[in-house]
Amino acid sequence: MSNDTATEPEQTPVPAGPAKESGSGLPNWAVQGLVSLSAIVLALVVGAILIIIGDDDVTAAAGYFGAAPMDTISAALTAVGEAYKALFLGAVGGVDQIAESLTQATPLICGGLAVSLAFRAGLFNIGAQGQLIIGAIFASYVGFTWDLPPGLHLLVAVIAGLIGGALWGGVVGVLKARTGAHEVIVTIMLNYVAIYLLVWLLTTTTFKRPGRDDPISPIVKPNAQFPQFGDTRLHAGFLLALLAAVFVWWLLNRSTVGFELRAVGANADASRTAGMSVGRAYVIAMVIAGALAGLAGSQQVLGTDLPLTDGVAATIGFDAITVALLGRGTPLGTVLAGLLFGALNAGGLQMQLQTQTPLTLTTVLQAVIVLFVAAPALVRSIFPFLPKERGAGAVLAKGWNG
Amino acid sequence: MARMHLELSGLTKSFGSLVANDHIDLVIEPGQIHCLLGENGAGKSTLMNMLYGLLQPDAGEILIDGEKVAIHSPSDAIAQGIGMVHQHFMLVPVFTVAENIMLGREYTRAVGVLDRKKADALVTELSERYGFEVDPEALVEDIPVGVQQRVEIIKALANNARVLILDEPTAVLTPAEIDELIAVMRQLKENGTSIVFITHKLKEVKAIADTITVIRRGKVVGSAEPSATEEELAELMVGRAVDLVVDKDPATPGDTVLRVEGLTVIDERGFTAVDGVDLEVRAGEILAVAGVQGNGQTELAEALLGLTPIAAGRISLDGNDLTGRTTRDRLDAGIGYIPEDRAHDGFVGSFSVAENLVLDMARRAPFGKGLSLRTDEIEKNAQERVEEFDIRTQSTDLAVSSLSGGNQQKVVLARELSRPLKLLVASQPTRGVDVGSIEFLHTRMVKERDNGTAVLIVSTELDEIAALADRVAVMYRGKVVGVVPADTPRDELGLMMAGASKSEAEVVATENPTTLGTI
Amino acid sequence: MSETTTTPDTVRVPAPAAIEAPADRTRRLRVGSLMLVFALIGLLLAIFTNGGKATFQLVSGDLQNNLFGVPAQATALILGILGVIAAGAYVLRRVPQSYSGYLATLLGICFIGSFLCWAAAGKTFPLANQFQGTLNFATPLILGALAGVLCERAGVINIAIEGQFLVGAFTAAVVSSTTGSSAAALIAAALTGVLMAALLAVFSIKYLVNQVVLGVVLVVFASGITGYLFDQFLQEDAANMNTPDVLSAVKIPLLGDIPFFGPILFNQTILVYLTYIAVAVVTFVLFETRWGLRVRSVGEHPKAADTVGIRVKRVRYSAVLWAGVLAGLGGAFFTVGYAGSFSKDMTAGNGFIALAALIMGRWNPIGAMVAALFFGFATQLQSQLQIIQTPIPGELLLMAPYLATIIAVAGLVGRVRAPKADGEPYVTE
Repeated sequence: MSNDTATEPEQTPVPAGPAKESGSGLPNWAVQGLVSLSAIVLALVVGAILIIIGDDDVTAAAGYFGAAPMDTISAALTAVGEAYKALFLGAVGGVDQIAESLTQATPLICGGLAVSLAFRAGLFNIGAQGQLIIGAIFASYVGFTWDLPPGLHLLVAVIAGLIGGALWGGVVGVLKARTGAHEVIVTIMLNYVAIYLLVWLLTTTTFKRPGRDDPISPIVKPNAQFPQFGDTRLHAGFLLALLAAVFVWWLLNRSTVGFELRAVGANADASRTAGMSVGRAYVIAMVIAGALAGLAGSQQVLGTDLPLTDGVAATIGFDAITVALLGRGTPLGTVLAGLLFGALNAGGLQMQLQTQTPLTLTTVLQAVIVLFVAAPALVRSIFPFLPKERGAGAVLAKGWNG
Repeated sequence: MARMHLELSGLTKSFGSLVANDHIDLVIEPGQIHCLLGENGAGKSTLMNMLYGLLQPDAGEILIDGEKVAIHSPSDAIAQGIGMVHQHFMLVPVFTVAENIMLGREYTRAVGVLDRKKADALVTELSERYGFEVDPEALVEDIPVGVQQRVEIIKALANNARVLILDEPTAVLTPAEIDELIAVMRQLKENGTSIVFITHKLKEVKAIADTITVIRRGKVVGSAEPSATEEELAELMVGRAVDLVVDKDPATPGDTVLRVEGLTVIDERGFTAVDGVDLEVRAGEILAVAGVQGNGQTELAEALLGLTPIAAGRISLDGNDLTGRTTRDRLDAGIGYIPEDRAHDGFVGSFSVAENLVLDMARRAPFGKGLSLRTDEIEKNAQERVEEFDIRTQSTDLAVSSLSGGNQQKVVLARELSRPLKLLVASQPTRGVDVGSIEFLHTRMVKERDNGTAVLIVSTELDEIAALADRVAVMYRGKVVGVVPADTPRDELGLMMAGASKSEAEVVATENPTTLGTI
Repeated sequence: MSETTTTPDTVRVPAPAAIEAPADRTRRLRVGSLMLVFALIGLLLAIFTNGGKATFQLVSGDLQNNLFGVPAQATALILGILGVIAAGAYVLRRVPQSYSGYLATLLGICFIGSFLCWAAAGKTFPLANQFQGTLNFATPLILGALAGVLCERAGVINIAIEGQFLVGAFTAAVVSSTTGSSAAALIAAALTGVLMAALLAVFSIKYLVNQVVLGVVLVVFASGITGYLFDQFLQEDAANMNTPDVLSAVKIPLLGDIPFFGPILFNQTILVYLTYIAVAVVTFVLFETRWGLRVRSVGEHPKAADTVGIRVKRVRYSAVLWAGVLAGLGGAFFTVGYAGSFSKDMTAGNGFIALAALIMGRWNPIGAMVAALFFGFATQLQSQLQIIQTPIPGELLLMAPYLATIIAVAGLVGRVRAPKADGEPYVTE
């Protein structure tokens, strides 16, 4: 919105000094944590309602509600209790369960970082899905066609994944920088282009597994696979995800590149005036973000799935957005949010197996959590005892013109 | 038309810890032009926004013809017969004039279908009554600002306004247009409309006011008759005798540092913003670019920094061609820049004072080392600059957006002056800045000149130009109509700002001084 | 966000026609070179077109009669050359700027024409099916895009069209299955569309949540909730819950008898007719009524609207909620208008294509409709080409709408300008 306006000679005065102190004197991160926790509680309440609606025993008991109302209530409590117990135990109830949660969290963390990093540079990366897919295509191609020594093969395959994602993200950055094309539109569209590209590739002889008619590639060669932890599905890709988070922290807070990315994200006009190239910042941010999403794709094909299928991305790329939002755009927050959602996914599977409560419930939970986190005022109106954040907690709002 | 007696009593409004309006009492007599005079940030707009229902007072009441009224929204204000022409026009650019006029009180045929003919007729009728020339079918974004202002006035009149608030209406007008506006105001007054005229320009006040109320720091500090002298008004407004004259020695210009030849800028909409400008600034002199807002000065400054693409022309610094180079190259070549709109272009509001003080240097030693950021060096630099430039902040970690306007501007100036400069370009360097900071900023810029830096200042304030300039270039419609010595009479400068060439201005100014050609 | 204000620039002289603003020049060259690339591809296709006739079938299902044949290569060549002329004229600035849109359209038609001649050379191309399918695919897109137009003209970004589609499709299926009434199904779908819209409205207008974030989350929410209910109820009892009646086609007398286009356009379901009406009504309401004027004013300059006494938030609420009706109906098309049952995530990104159509159509109802038709055309072409067997993989054709959108937003179809306050919450005090 850079028009040649004059500054207003007289503006409505802005309060000097820090905005209203939070009554509790709690630091901002603690307040945010409390809000997030409350959001989780509220989401579980919404989930409970869905469980009750869907439970056959409750429906049966509700048939004679007038005669014995306690039956309905106890059936409802039982249904909710059992489902959430299965969810909880399925997520953290033992070593295997925890390993599965971490496995699920791995691509969510990397994907979340891809969204967070772009977000800090003022870009909405809705395209982690597409970047992840392209990364997975590159990594798996190197993984199942090339022959390289142990270690090196894995390294090369991961790098290929990084490059694939970086290319797909870079296109967005370049288009934004050169033509001003809004990244939200471009990333959404590129997601679909990536999906169709993947589906098409899986019909070609290069990618299709011989002897199979369904869209599935050969298995990635052992040399290119991430080492597993014991008998679990957890693999070294998880450590890579944590390393990626540390890298993003360093990049944003302790590097000159990150300084420019943050400056551009916070005020592109002032950054341009200070001699920074806004376009370059956009390209860098999207290349790195794409690479991070590409890493998530590599983790999936080289560690979790092993063959490339048309479902490699599942909904990771979209979940990554919710992860980043819950993590408030910081690397640590993203890791924590990724772990939470990973646990929800892993626990949800167990819940479905044990109580027949559909896995899709966790999708609802995740959406509701983020919805509440994004509207702290709403959470506060439900839990009036929550302290206020200092300064505006709202994410930057901008339209298509921004 | 019924006349209105309007009284504001004890109106109070605070934003956080800042009291913008402190128990303000004001009486607006029917059919009078009441001037509300005050410095930038004194609280004039806040007061009027309360009267117009855009802000709700914390305390106090509004009385119309002696009766207390509640104004919760602009529609309440309109219903009471209060109209307002905002400083930033409240017109939808992509709508036609007629659509803008009827917005909110649309003429409709059956089931809400717009009756455009009727709206057109109303616009034509009102503009004929007041002698405006306004095409009802024209898109607002296509018409000049002076005409847009008339559309705003018609809009208020179409709502049968009995009190019309004009918020800084002259800021964007040429002296000739100001004279026309004053004529319109007189006509409205004769028809019984009261006018509240908000301004910080003393000469306008004296030319038109029936009553003057002066506001300082959110309080009414006094009333004055139009017969009061400018000096008296100024002292009331600022609170102490103002001395805008900066103590400076005559310039000792050296070699030409900046040379601009045939510079042409075409803006996004295809209009020529800067039209073949030639300029030179020499080492150790201050060249001020004067002109009414919107005559290409902003684009000129941006083009010098490479922030706006140029259609033609050459820019060179110390003989090195900078045309087509990036902004970073130009900053590295030794240009310092204070942008017109600080909050927009000058700093990153959410960044700390320390970070903002290295905004255009962070990648260079000593602040950046390879890819790493040396946070300790950044902090050390911040401590030094805060000390040197007397930046009032509790901590260098505080976000710049929490500082006052003057201190924000000091952050920008401190940053730019901490690099070795050949040329300093300062656009409206003291706009919205308190008087204390203005003096400091002016002194520092003169000091920079005395160090041998070429200084180019863009300003719309003739007071500032008079205080700082060694030479004055006047811009009108994208062209430099003349470069004149700093001691050129204001009448002449005013005429040149309206497009007269230097020689024409001399003749006209002596024969026929305008009422306000000298704002 | 800084305050949106019109910039008073007093005195600007239009640049003489001979001088082109640098930005315009860059854009012309960029667009022009892209147009040239397309024109040359078209010409290349023409050169590689087999001899013989390209036959086009004019009545659906009839492969014997009503055929229309053209010499494939000659036609393709003529169209190809015409395309090159159009692109060349644009690049060389041989026509006034205002006509450049027509040149691009001409090129598009020529390109598609040569492409069809190339693909259908020596074969029979089912042209009637192509148009029929185009309309089928486009109907929900048009409704979704119109919903988006209403929201965004009022200043609320709607990325959640996909979510509104999903709940609309789900509700229509369930209500039609349980009540047996198509009318009830459509009304229910519209209502759930409004319900989603209400979430969008409350969170964006009241709680000031970033609207892009919100849209994404609402899509996830809709996918989760419909998926959950599908798993819990529809899957268990598909016979009673998920066997909606598919709307039957109603032929409009006279209009339906027009050769070729009659059966395609006027022998359709009520939902398609509603779509025609919706395009007309939205266009009229937006540009010719009081409500429309107010909607556009709060999307362009909410503060100006506020200062003349318009309740900005209320107008925004009403626009977003009415849009919900359209999006819900669009969703209903997937089940009761087409597929005949609900399945998880069945809208498959169509909501995002609708968003793309709205942007390509430059926030204008008619433009959005044209873009939606183009997207529908590309999607249908993909399945047609598989039938007549061309060497082009179907997936690549399926990418066409998405790639076209990227090209469009990259400024290739002119400066795309969103409503100025689109996406910005209005905050007073």
